[in-house]
Amino acid sequence: MAKTTMTAEQPNLQKESVRRTDVFKDAGFKEGLKRGVSGLILPFLLFAVWQIVGSLGFVSKTVLPTPVDIVLAFKNLIVSGELFTHLKISVLRAIAGFLLGAGLGLAAGIAVGFSTKTEGVLNPSLQMLRTIPHLAVAPLFILWFGFGEVSKTLLIAKGAFFPIYVNTFLGIREVDAKLFDVARILDFSKWKQIKLLILPSALPNILLGIRLSLGAAWLALVVAELMGATEGVGYMMMDARQFSNTDIVFVGIIIFAVVGKLTDSFVRLLETRLLKWQDTYSGR
Amino acid sequence: MTVHIHVMDKSFKKGQTAVQVLRDIRLELEDGEFITIIGPSGCGKSTLLKIIAGLDMDYEGTVEINGLPVTGPGTDQGFVFQEHRLFPWLTVEENIAANLSLKDPETRKRVDELIHIVRLKGFEKAYPKELSGGMSQRVAIARALLREPKILLLDEPFGALDAFTRKHLQDVLLEIWRKKHITMVLVTHDLDESIYLGNQVVIMKAKPGSIGRIIPIELPFPRQRAHPLFQEMRRKVLKEFETADELPLIEGLGI
Ligand SMILES: Nc1ncnc2c1ncn2[C@@H]1O[C@H](COP(=O)(O)OP(=O)(O)OP(=O)(O)O)[C@@H](O)[C@H]1O
Ligand SMILES: [Mg+2]
Repeated sequence: MAKTTMTAEQPNLQKESVRRTDVFKDAGFKEGLKRGVSGLILPFLLFAVWQIVGSLGFVSKTVLPTPVDIVLAFKNLIVSGELFTHLKISVLRAIAGFLLGAGLGLAAGIAVGFSTKTEGVLNPSLQMLRTIPHLAVAPLFILWFGFGEVSKTLLIAKGAFFPIYVNTFLGIREVDAKLFDVARILDFSKWKQIKLLILPSALPNILLGIRLSLGAAWLALVVAELMGATEGVGYMMMDARQFSNTDIVFVGIIIFAVVGKLTDSFVRLLETRLLKWQDTYSGR
Repeated sequence: MTVHIHVMDKSFKKGQTAVQVLRDIRLELEDGEFITIIGPSGCGKSTLLKIIAGLDMDYEGTVEINGLPVTGPGTDQGFVFQEHRLFPWLTVEENIAANLSLKDPETRKRVDELIHIVRLKGFEKAYPKELSGGMSQRVAIARALLREPKILLLDEPFGALDAFTRKHLQDVLLEIWRKKHITMVLVTHDLDESIYLGNQVVIMKAKPGSIGRIIPIELPFPRQRAHPLFQEMRRKVLKEFETADELPLIEGLGI
């Protein structure tokens, strides 16, 4: 495109490029469908073999139930309402722990990011706590708070705290110094500097932190529920294990996988919405 | 509006030793003047502009605008950086308005006006990633103009652009200068650009950065590059430039 006539032609150019991307989108959809179908072949074969091997009685059902068994167990749990009760409890725990941990993590990340003084005071201790594994603190939490909801929520919160803390901190520190000069030239107030420069610039990191925190919260939930609980998906699995109902254990695994994936997709959706200004390969 | 610049000494500390970058720079700018500064790379042009803008206060000397010393950056001193430095997360109109609210009808009106002047109609809602280099630089100019600065400092604003876009933006800048009577200080590497735009061409020397010569350009606007008088001026500035600095100048590029 000749640059001399740029200004006159720009509006047209824009329209045309919009149309072009629409065409691409259509083609992309068909392509995606094709790829989706080809991606399903292998799992389908796997399930077929699994089912046949199981039906012919080569493997005991307590070791490996067949896909049909798992689906049936799934159905029974849904019909009895058991699955829903357990899932509700688990999700509520995860949400409570996540909100507590991620909220504090975000606040601490912002506080430490903005001031080197706060960093000096807080960061070394936090970094030390970060390296302690969940399983190591779990007994302590139980001793202090018993088997109830408090210890579980705290364990999940501990998991959710660090990813968002570290990423928020980094995001704020990585704001381009050149843009700070612009903010000074334009006479930004402190508040505008935070709102227009620092937070948007740190947002990609913060969202990444949220995604990682959600994953960590989910992980901590499993630890907390397997450790000892009277309800929740983790409890449902432990209970099933005692009675060798392996199919229900599989249902639990699938539930964890699906809910984990769903929350991750939700944050990704949020990312594409909020970060549409980003000039990077979107990975699609 | 007059600007009085006197930088006696500007040094950067490198470990124990201090390296002097600017020495004894004196410049007096009259109301509505267009000064262009040209000089070899590393001679301290950007440093000088930052001092005038109040972005760098760590020097010996004074900068006064209308008799009042500059104590820090502010909206009186507009700045257009070498790279556009737009906020990637703001659209074109949001970048121009930045900390001013587009909901304010007065701001809204003036933003629209400026978008018209820099010919970006139809791109109000575009993000910087969707713009070409020249378009981004026009947004940066509009952003600076919205604050109605008393003095506009431009640091090689068209350095990375092709010849056509560059010429177009030079004309846009001249048009704005004539309409708004802003005092302009433009740093450039390009000899032709310095003569095409400036009332006065300031030639700087390196090591330490200081003023070699100030050459008034008394050609009427709009100037024609091919005109014999322009060419004569060009030869004159080139000669001064070569005597001002031992570095050989590459014809036309002005590196
Ligand atoms: N922050 C800094 N710390 C130390 N030295 C610096 C700093 N900024 C600039 N300098 C030095 O000051 C000198 C002048 O730099 P400046 O950027 O002003 O040059 P310039 O004339 O704008 O060059 P160019 O035409 O390449 O942009 C250079 O030698 C550079 O090394
Ligand atoms: Mg420079």
